Amino acid sequence: MNVSRSLMRTGIALLLSGLAAVALAVDTTTLPDEKLQQRYEKLTHELRCMKCQNNSIADSPAGLAADLRRDVKEQLIAGKSDEEIRDWMVQRYGNVILFTPAMDASSAWVWLLPGLAALGGLVIGIRIVRQRSKLVEQDDSEEISR
Amino acid sequence: MFPEFGQFALVLALLLAAAQAVFGLVGAQRLDERWMAVVRPAVAGQFVLVSAAIGVLVHAFVSFDYSVLYVASNSNSALPTFYRVAALWGAHEGSLLLWAWILAAWTLAVAAFSRNLPASFASRVMGVLGIVSFGFLLFTLYTSNPFERIPLENIPADGRDLNPVLQDPALAIHPPLLYMGYVGLSVAYAFACAAMLEGKLDQTWARWTRPWTTLAWCFLSVGIALGSWWAYYELGWGGYWFWDPVENASFMPWLVGTALIHSLAVTEKRGLFKSWTLLLAILAFSLSLLGTFLVRSGVLVSVHSFAADPSRGMFILAFLVIMIGGALSLYAWRAPLLKSQAGFTGTSREAFLLYNNIALVLAALVVLIGTLAPLINDALGMKSISVGPGWFSRSFPYIAMALLALVAIGIHAYWKRGRVGESRNRHIIGFSLALLAGMAVVFVAYGAGMWQSAVGIVLGLWVIVSSLFDPIDRWRRKLTLSRAVVGMTIAHIGLGVGVIAIATVESYTLERDVAVGQGESVVLGRYAYRFDKLEPVEGPNYDGVRAEITVMRDGRQVAVLHPEKRSYWVQRSTMTEAGIHSRWNGDLFAALGEDLGAGRWSLRAQVRPLINYVWLAAGLMALGGALAASDRRYRARQPAGEGVTDNTVRAA
Amino acid sequence: MVFIALAAVLFVGVRRSPDKSVMVSALLGKPAPTFHLPVLGEPTRTFDSRELAGKPWVMNVWGTWCVECRDEHEVLLAIAQQNRVPLVGLNWNDQDEDALVWLERLGNPYSVVAVDREGRTAIDFGVYGAPETFLIDASGIVQYRHVGVLTPEIWEREFLSRLPRTGLP
Repeated sequence: MNVSRSLMRTGIALLLSGLAAVALAVDTTTLPDEKLQQRYEKLTHELRCMKCQNNSIADSPAGLAADLRRDVKEQLIAGKSDEEIRDWMVQRYGNVILFTPAMDASSAWVWLLPGLAALGGLVIGIRIVRQRSKLVEQDDSEEISR
Repeated sequence: MFPEFGQFALVLALLLAAAQAVFGLVGAQRLDERWMAVVRPAVAGQFVLVSAAIGVLVHAFVSFDYSVLYVASNSNSALPTFYRVAALWGAHEGSLLLWAWILAAWTLAVAAFSRNLPASFASRVMGVLGIVSFGFLLFTLYTSNPFERIPLENIPADGRDLNPVLQDPALAIHPPLLYMGYVGLSVAYAFACAAMLEGKLDQTWARWTRPWTTLAWCFLSVGIALGSWWAYYELGWGGYWFWDPVENASFMPWLVGTALIHSLAVTEKRGLFKSWTLLLAILAFSLSLLGTFLVRSGVLVSVHSFAADPSRGMFILAFLVIMIGGALSLYAWRAPLLKSQAGFTGTSREAFLLYNNIALVLAALVVLIGTLAPLINDALGMKSISVGPGWFSRSFPYIAMALLALVAIGIHAYWKRGRVGESRNRHIIGFSLALLAGMAVVFVAYGAGMWQSAVGIVLGLWVIVSSLFDPIDRWRRKLTLSRAVVGMTIAHIGLGVGVIAIATVESYTLERDVAVGQGESVVLGRYAYRFDKLEPVEGPNYDGVRAEITVMRDGRQVAVLHPEKRSYWVQRSTMTEAGIHSRWNGDLFAALGEDLGAGRWSLRAQVRPLINYVWLAAGLMALGGALAASDRRYRARQPAGEGVTDNTVRAA
Repeated sequence: MVFIALAAVLFVGVRRSPDKSVMVSALLGKPAPTFHLPVLGEPTRTFDSRELAGKPWVMNVWGTWCVECRDEHEVLLAIAQQNRVPLVGLNWNDQDEDALVWLERLGNPYSVVAVDREGRTAIDFGVYGAPETFLIDASGIVQYRHVGVLTPEIWEREFLSRLPRTGLP
């Protein structure tokens, strides 16, 4: 009973900590340069807040998000590339911090599978239609109008 | 003492569900009249008992009975009555009970409206539903008992309050409507299983199944739309869809459900697609069960997750495997019976509906891949990944585009032989109109945006125009417009509207996050948002501040917005209430961020063109579906066994 | 075709057991980030994580604002009593005065408390929610990270089991 009770409390605490902070975070950070600003906004929307895990660090009110935004800003000003900043984040938090999976060996399948499935669907469709077209001549069921 | 009655009622209901299943299925197998006669009373009894259980829990909430753990965790003395009742489904245990109750209600409806079906078939349907009921009640009682009590010495003086996020009217009815949809799909599943057990699957079966499935789909549409709308005005980001695992969990059954209702049309009209229909019914139900699983097992992290508990996950998983495995085994067994010899050409209506099926299943598959990818990678020991909106927005729209084109063209297709030549004019006129109008919208009204949006707008317009040809034609020829035709038209128009709205919002939203002081303005395009004043505000269980934002357009005032920031006392959490002004062409949106000191606040200001049409579209689709489902031919008291003989002009 | 579908369902199902509500540290098996931070309560002193090289040590990330840190405090005190490994505290995004009062009232299980006011070290360690407890081995590699309240069971099962058998001071 104790274990499940504490599990539940942990669950509730986690849940509450996640949902309680549903209040908005409006990020008013400005960077000196327009281009940097755009990159900043793009990056902060691409990185997941690890505390409120369904928000980007741009939207999350968590303290951690604010710290991470600060880090992004500092690195942009220091001249790091988007790639370098993402890698820096991934090094610390793992791939989960990226909202969009990078294109590497472990995630290539995620990007390719939809395309492959579409091809598969196309093939299936063609096959069925071919098969049924052949049957049309022999089929004497009534033609129903639209 | 009293809450135990609720638990006891559930135990009895469990037994009745078992009886319903056993007597229904075995009785039908043995064609034993007396056994089958047990089923309907069992269904009724189950409904009464589960209702009683719900009643007990509602009473516990309304009367502040904090000896019940669930009430203590989700209620509070300051919580308004309406939300005390809605708190019933505010967390895991109660929402399961709601599921069970809605299931009992649908089963009761099936029992009531199935008197003109052959006895053995009806018994089988209710028997299968009994198995589902049994599973859910067992799950509830065994792992998620809402009536669990707190030991006397620990009873708190006051409850922990309902999560403030949930204290909202739209969110109060979102779960029940959504569950009506999910559970309704289990009815389709039951019909499918019953047919497989009977060994008979024909056009009549399709005609029986259609209204139920369509109705479930309607509820699901509205439920999803409500959730999206709520997220928009309540969560404060002005976003309406996040590709969150639980959102996806409701979207996938909807996509497959759409395929199912169209596939049923073909089965009813031409006795084709029986395999498709069966598999889609099974798939739709599996996806809704999967959704249940994802939310409650802690397997995926999401804004929606209920408290994580692996044992619950395993139970649902086992249940899923049994139900799906069982159904698929039935399918394998009956597959030989499903062959038909009807033919059709590549441009016929059947063909388009086939492409439709494939495209929708593909769409659902894409969503599934994105949702489960992190899990799969993790399970296979590969590097962990996460899939967020960036992936979905790069993968999903293309399937949607293909689908829309298919709809716009396929609407005109004739059964069996296509006869493209006859409808060629319609295609040309339709597409041209759409292209022109679309280009006008894109370049004149809004200016260039993403190319995908332009394509989306054109496609949406094309679907709308295409949908109108047939009804207008019939009206001009003074033919009757059956509900089915009108319903279909409205639903397809709804689809077009939705696509146009989404395409527009995604490209043409204006957004700025700024720090403002009193009297200062934020400029967005032709609009200026002026931060006028801030005053304190108090509610039944919260206090906070309320800002007044005046919105000017080209110098003239068009709206005053009142975003709020509330602190809920009990859970000590802060919520943002966005200030929204809706106009015919979109919304003006403002949300408060933080107090930056010295009278300055951070503010999110947005102009959201056409966003309300997203939800209007869902409403149209649901309306269309409901109309179609209430078409005369479903309500006619035709004795079972009579096929479709009426060949007059009628929609798919 | 049927069996493929079924198999797919089962396959995904069987693997579904791991409880995913907690993130696995990205630093497992990698060298722990080094840090050089002020010591709580001793304004002239700083602590460098390299001082602990050569023997295993445990770092606990906490803050006075963190409810669960309060919950695990007794367990930390008990662990400190065992004196198996140095227990270093990382005071995260907190106020020095509050932290000092807290330790005074509740007891101080830490051999030293490093103050991370800006959260940079915590981020280097991939911390996302206090309390978190890290096990770093003698060569400075991160061996384990626990997120959430530390219990005696978890301490034994995950931390003690990873310490070398040979006698430790």
